[in-house]
Amino acid sequence: MSKVTITVNGREMSGEAEGRTLLVSFLREALGLTGTHVGCDTSQCGACVVHVDGKAVKSCTMLAMEAEGAEVTTVEGMADADGSLGVIQQAFQDHHGLQCGFCTPGMVMSTAALLKDNPTPSEAEIRAYLDGNICRCTGYHNIVRAVMAASGQDVSGLGVVAAE
Amino acid sequence: MPKDGGIGASPKRREDIRFLTGEGVYTDDIQLQGQCFAYFVRSTVAHGTIGTIDTAATEAMPGVLAVFTGEDFKDVGGNPAGWLINSRDGTPMREPKRPVLAHGKVRHVGDAYAAVIAETYAQAKDAAEQLAADSEIEDLPAIVDMAAAVANADNRVHDEIPDNLCFDWGWVEDNRAAVDEAIKNAPHVTTLELVNNRLVPNAMEPRASIGEYFPGTGDYKLTTTSQNPHLHRLLISAFVMGIPENKLTVVAPDVGGGFGSKIYHYGEEALVLAAAKKLKRPVRWTAERSESFLTDAHGRDHVTKIELACEEDGTFIAFRTETLANVGAYLSNFATATPTFLHGTLMAGPYKVPNVYVNLKTVFTNTAPVDAYRGAGRPEATYSLERVIDKMCRELELDPFEVRRKNFITPDMFPYTTPVGLVYDTGDYNATLDKAMEMADVDGFEDRRAESAARGKLRGMGLSTWIEACGIAPSNLVGVLGSRVGLYDAATVRVNATGNISVMTGAHSHGQGHETVFPQIVAEKLGIDPASVEIVHGDTSKIPFGMGSYGSRSLAVAGSAMNNAVDKIIAKGKKIAAHMLEASEDDITFEDGNFAVAGTDKSLSFGEVAFSAYVPHNYPLETLEPGLEETSFYDPGNFTYPAGAYLCEVEVCPETGKVDVVAFYCADDFGNVMNPLIVEGQVHGGVGQGIGQALCEQTTYDADGQLLSASYMDYAMPRADDVPFYQVDYSCNTPCTHNPLGVKGCGEAGAIGSPPAVINAVVDALNSGGFTHITHIDMPVTPSRVWTAMQAQ
Ligand code: FES
Ligand code: FES
Repeated sequence: MSKVTITVNGREMSGEAEGRTLLVSFLREALGLTGTHVGCDTSQCGACVVHVDGKAVKSCTMLAMEAEGAEVTTVEGMADADGSLGVIQQAFQDHHGLQCGFCTPGMVMSTAALLKDNPTPSEAEIRAYLDGNICRCTGYHNIVRAVMAASGQDVSGLGVVAAE
Repeated sequence: MPKDGGIGASPKRREDIRFLTGEGVYTDDIQLQGQCFAYFVRSTVAHGTIGTIDTAATEAMPGVLAVFTGEDFKDVGGNPAGWLINSRDGTPMREPKRPVLAHGKVRHVGDAYAAVIAETYAQAKDAAEQLAADSEIEDLPAIVDMAAAVANADNRVHDEIPDNLCFDWGWVEDNRAAVDEAIKNAPHVTTLELVNNRLVPNAMEPRASIGEYFPGTGDYKLTTTSQNPHLHRLLISAFVMGIPENKLTVVAPDVGGGFGSKIYHYGEEALVLAAAKKLKRPVRWTAERSESFLTDAHGRDHVTKIELACEEDGTFIAFRTETLANVGAYLSNFATATPTFLHGTLMAGPYKVPNVYVNLKTVFTNTAPVDAYRGAGRPEATYSLERVIDKMCRELELDPFEVRRKNFITPDMFPYTTPVGLVYDTGDYNATLDKAMEMADVDGFEDRRAESAARGKLRGMGLSTWIEACGIAPSNLVGVLGSRVGLYDAATVRVNATGNISVMTGAHSHGQGHETVFPQIVAEKLGIDPASVEIVHGDTSKIPFGMGSYGSRSLAVAGSAMNNAVDKIIAKGKKIAAHMLEASEDDITFEDGNFAVAGTDKSLSFGEVAFSAYVPHNYPLETLEPGLEETSFYDPGNFTYPAGAYLCEVEVCPETGKVDVVAFYCADDFGNVMNPLIVEGQVHGGVGQGIGQALCEQTTYDADGQLLSASYMDYAMPRADDVPFYQVDYSCNTPCTHNPLGVKGCGEAGAIGSPPAVINAVVDALNSGGFTHITHIDMPVTPSRVWTAMQAQ
């Protein structure tokens, strides 16, 4: 066991990790940040996506020790400063982009990474980008719609929008 | 009326805030003081005799606290099947015991025969590897193929079951002779052999359980990924472990999807409880995804021959099916109901076919248990019917739309008794078909086909007109059909002294949004703000005994119980108001949240009446108890019968065989709609799973019973770029006639109606491209299957 220190959502945090401890386990178990989920053991599902030094990373593919000193953003850090939902989170709620919520943290983090590089992605670009995030509940329709809405695109005709 | 957000509104989902901010609490998110970890030792062979398990080295490993083997549970009860099915000859089905941990034999890859408990997860896993190395498992020949299983009497999954048959079921047996005769004499018979591919439900949250034991009181607590915590408690208490129900609490916190796989009780849950008792510490287990693939109950896996007898003009005369249905190595809790009463009873579809006979043999194999997966039996029935009808239309060169219309049960015929034992209460199948055709612009299809052709693609259109029975069910009817439980549900509506409300429901939400939609109904009925209504679910110590959520039953059954409990609240409120307003109870009206004396301006708000119930100073205490809390148990009078018409358009690449679903249209009749946003989401999700089944999902065991598709690298889940935007309509509603909300249920529709629409579209595309030798192609229609079929010309 050795000590790993990272900055998570703007706050420096430390915990103990074995050489084999994955970043996702470190976040969940050592730091108690359980918003990041584990949906698979082959780096396929994307439930564990976080940002490490600004890049979207599947946190099950990285060792905790590799993140030493890094800036990590998790879904817990995505709300606005006043605690209200951020733009992407709000779009997911407005457009029913989540059901059971298990894939959702990864979807939100992947979307944030996509929109950083490509502020107004096309439907096809969104679908291609989210290829590494599996959702079993939504059939993806409302996730893609939410990403389009979050990037300011017109999504009328694609279904009901949640009322205020 | 509530100001807003009542019935028919689409408010923002309440549960979303915690899920979007990482505040959801799923089982694996819970950390407990003193917890330790279980890891299971699972068979790596499909079939084998368990020899010596030498635990000495394992017990000496760092952090190991306890080791359990099948021997430790030899004398506890087995995990039972929930339905008793009799064979055609009247003999009861064979029910081998399903133990907590295998002893004597292992029967499928992943079958757990031992478990190690250690201080950390890594230590438990390391020690389990040691124990696997110290376990003697003598390989036996695997029984994988169903036909071979039935034919080979010497090789047995369970030694006491000679032909590996669970039962040989006829439905309805009395129809058999007449159906045989009708098929013999019919002007035309279309025959189709098909496979309904085996699927893994793959809820994104893997199963997880935490067992706790409190020595001071002798109480147990199980936190687990369940769709129905009371059912889990009942199974564990009454059958498996004998813990009295009052000493066991089962909590299902946030659950990350179920789709059927989390209905059932699994051995891991019993093990963590037993280990917690032994160690007096919380014991936790979370499945790795590969364990989910190996051990979650799978779905579908039917091999069917269906015959459709008809007139030359396409008027149906009779359907006959013969099916082999896989139940895997052990009977999961609903495994015997799924292929029978959720499948055979639907084999008339929405059609006025005079006669139907279903024969179904259910087979044990050395594979994971198979049970209900979203749709459960009804997708299998719909797929067989809608595929054989499509084939018949092609053979007789009939229009598939007209053939459906010619055979539809029409609105004037309800209630309609089918030849397979159901009584449909209401529906309008032409209306949903019209709507789907309008949405899909069927008239413009040839232009779109030409446009696809110009890009070198073969375009096809496929239709499926589906019906299902859900909202299960009337307990007395399912009792006759073999169910060993009642299928009512329950709700307690507690009006708090200050007028806000807690609703305790037997339904469980694992994505369906109950916390949002149930308050809409209560608020609508009471004329109050939905924000003052809170839903409590998922904890047996808080909720009344209900059967949970599956089979699209939450709203139709638990929602009806909640509706009726609210009616009791209103009735009691009228009594209180009558006293306070010094009027006769008969003169009290309740509207817009106010109790009033008819014809006067005397009234009391709901809150005033609630307060009086808890501070009963001016209250009829001689005749009425104080307090305002009511419970209702609701047992439905019939199943509900959602139905609809789905149209799918695909493009097939003639070079590679790749299929793209380019458009999908759903016109559904769900009865009254409580929340359109959530209904749309349910349809999307179901259709996404149905397209997954049709295009890519395939559970493959090799001849040795090794699961070749045990990870997301090998099992192709539908991804965002495998599906299009779906067009969804639910305006053609015929409200259910026998529940108070007039609702039918929408959770499974998409998964039921969509696979045949996709495959019919693929066959249409291929035929339009000159591949007229292709009359059928089994799911999943992977590029390699389509390409191979094209080459067979
Ligand atoms: S848990 Fe990281 S990709 Fe699945
Ligand atoms: S919302 Fe359940 S997996 Fe995506």
